[in-house]
Amino acid sequence: MQSTRTIPLIATILTISLFSVTAIAEPFVFTAIPDQDESQLRERFGKVANYLSTTLGVETKYIPVKSYAAAVTAFRNNQVQLAWFGGLSGVRARALVRGSQALAQGAEDSAFETYFIAHASLGLKEGKAFPKGIAGTTFTFGSKGSTSGRLMPEFHIRESFGESPRKIFDRVGFSGDHSRTIALVQSGSYKVGAVNFKVWQRELKEGKIDLKKVKIIWRTPPYPDYQWSVRGDVDKTFSVGFMDKVRAALLSMKDPDLLKAFPRSSFIPATNSDYKPIKDVARSIGLID
Amino acid sequence: MAFIAVALICAIFADFEITTVHPWQELTRLLHGVVTPDFYATDNLGGALAYTLAFALLGVAFGNVFGFILSLLFFSRIVRTGCAFVRAVHELFWALIFLQLFGLSPLTGILAIGIPYAGIIAKVYAEILEEADPSPLQAMPPSTGRMSAFLFVRLPDAWAHFTTYSMYRLECGLRSSAVLGFVGLPTLGFHLESAFSQGLYSEVSALLILFYLIIASMRVWMRRFALPVYLIGAAAILPWGLSFTADNIWRFLTHDIVPYPLRAAPAETGETLARLNEWLQTMLFEQALPGAAITIQLTMIALVCSGLLTLLFFPLISPLLLGRSARTLGHTCLVIIRSTPEYILAYVLLQLWGPSMLPAIVALALHNGGIIGHLVGRYTEAITLRVDACRGIRRYAYEILPRVYRQMLALLFYRWEVIMRETAILGILGISTLGFYIDSAFADLRFDRAVFLILVTALLNIAVDIISRQIRARLRLQTRMERQ
Repeated sequence: MQSTRTIPLIATILTISLFSVTAIAEPFVFTAIPDQDESQLRERFGKVANYLSTTLGVETKYIPVKSYAAAVTAFRNNQVQLAWFGGLSGVRARALVRGSQALAQGAEDSAFETYFIAHASLGLKEGKAFPKGIAGTTFTFGSKGSTSGRLMPEFHIRESFGESPRKIFDRVGFSGDHSRTIALVQSGSYKVGAVNFKVWQRELKEGKIDLKKVKIIWRTPPYPDYQWSVRGDVDKTFSVGFMDKVRAALLSMKDPDLLKAFPRSSFIPATNSDYKPIKDVARSIGLID
Repeated sequence: MAFIAVALICAIFADFEITTVHPWQELTRLLHGVVTPDFYATDNLGGALAYTLAFALLGVAFGNVFGFILSLLFFSRIVRTGCAFVRAVHELFWALIFLQLFGLSPLTGILAIGIPYAGIIAKVYAEILEEADPSPLQAMPPSTGRMSAFLFVRLPDAWAHFTTYSMYRLECGLRSSAVLGFVGLPTLGFHLESAFSQGLYSEVSALLILFYLIIASMRVWMRRFALPVYLIGAAAILPWGLSFTADNIWRFLTHDIVPYPLRAAPAETGETLARLNEWLQTMLFEQALPGAAITIQLTMIALVCSGLLTLLFFPLISPLLLGRSARTLGHTCLVIIRSTPEYILAYVLLQLWGPSMLPAIVALALHNGGIIGHLVGRYTEAITLRVDACRGIRRYAYEILPRVYRQMLALLFYRWEVIMRETAILGILGISTLGFYIDSAFADLRFDRAVFLILVTALLNIAVDIISRQIRARLRLQTRMERQ
């Protein structure tokens, strides 16, 4: 490649692009944490974007992200103004953006659960008490930043054994998302795993789970999880009362085809204080400073 | 060799367990996918291809321009140290940092490739200028100005080397660009990761085939006169719409990366220091040192395995050992092995075998063995044997191997630092090298920890680079024509 002849060219391109990034009129953008199968995310959330565009009267776009942290960062940097967060990612995101609000949660999210699942070869049975028999086996969480796949299971493991998971299990992994956790435990790559109960139920219905190979051994006590959070400055950026309009639009989302993307039966109101338990747990196990 | 001994010791403590229960079943599905590529499964495939090319072109152009300028200042110690530092940090780590500064804006991808490449290119160009034949310069009249001597005497001589090297860098840039998709940029890797994680192997193979085609056809489409068009085109298609603000950048640099105890509540100095001490201890003893130990262990095993594979690979393309048709097959194999980024290779093997050191070692050894095997095989083309030289395995062992052995060692030491950098990165995939802790820190949005660990990683790479250079100097190993 030529170096010297391209210098002015590159310089021009870089300068133009640097200026252009601040000049374009912004649509309303949202994202969602990638907590399950990513295929067709764009299509599923594309429909939600269309719904919001029509209901809000503002062009609404969905952008896909690769990790929970990327969703939080995009929210913090105002590259998205609305996000479908998990409990922990929502707490983190709202701590970073002053005035941001939890708007709505799924009807199932006020009492969310994590299932501990185990490969059948362990011979563990489901019980009311925490399954202490899993010590010494291999264990997989979901994503490092997940509430149902990391925070709550790690909390219960630490509470029951009084030690960090790495000391208790022979091998500890992070599968990345709930679908993969199920697949890994079902195949026996890990003997035990922790999974979001909604994803488990959906995959069970879709016939992806073979109950002869993998089964539930424990259900955690309920805790608050997923929610829609919005930045505090949307009223200023878009129009007065915009935040209320967004809340109303989310709460009146009734089309099962749209709700399937989450998957939730409906949305109900939520507030920041609903998530105080999550914040306390995260601090107690050292996931937030 | 002491290195083999070190690797053996490392291997004793290594973790090679295959944790998946049905690895062969998964492999069968993968192979089935390879022969049934599905080019329609990925949505926005054209976009992913275009972005992959655009990030590579702009990133490499950026690296070239700044690398060239820096190579002229390479006599300065500050520039040399700065370059050593920026190239000691892997593109993926740069990308993770720039994601914080610019979000998903195209600048993230361009700078993540451009900055480390500028550091590498500066070093290589400086070496080229230094090694250039001094006789034309001596033939100049003493009154010749420095500028004109440079422009009309030294530069034309080095230009051909610059062009060749830039082409090689563009190939690396394409690989880097694809891999950046794994952390969220909209390139091929983005879809590759999704497809892999769900076992959609037909989609995977379609994506990989397209990727190989781009790299293989590079010499056809990459023409000097077309370059400006490509660059403008690349800048035009990237989604510049996403905004970022100076506030974000400022906040990241002055707040986010400052160790937590220092920016927390304004406690008394003594208390702050105590907390900082505690923070440092946690970071060092629970993350940096264990991570570094695993990184070094894995690097050493991978280095020696790369050497062993090289011994196996280079005969595949050597005209002294194989006939024409067998060599063509050999070339094809080596091209595929070395154009697959080791990150992707490791990812595939991890899916098949589960998380242990084995996938990482095999991936690193295959990729690097492929590259070195190719270069060594090329060396053998220049060897002329006696007409009555022995044949077969004897020719390999007694005639050829001794002649290329020194070059092979030189290349291996040259790749040592590259392997180390790559090993750290594989931590993102779940093997507990430094990258694992860095990835965790980013996942927890603890950028102070992330930056601290990235610095540790960079220092480790710089140390290996220095040691390797000393060993090469002591053994008088020549590394010409091979760079990175």
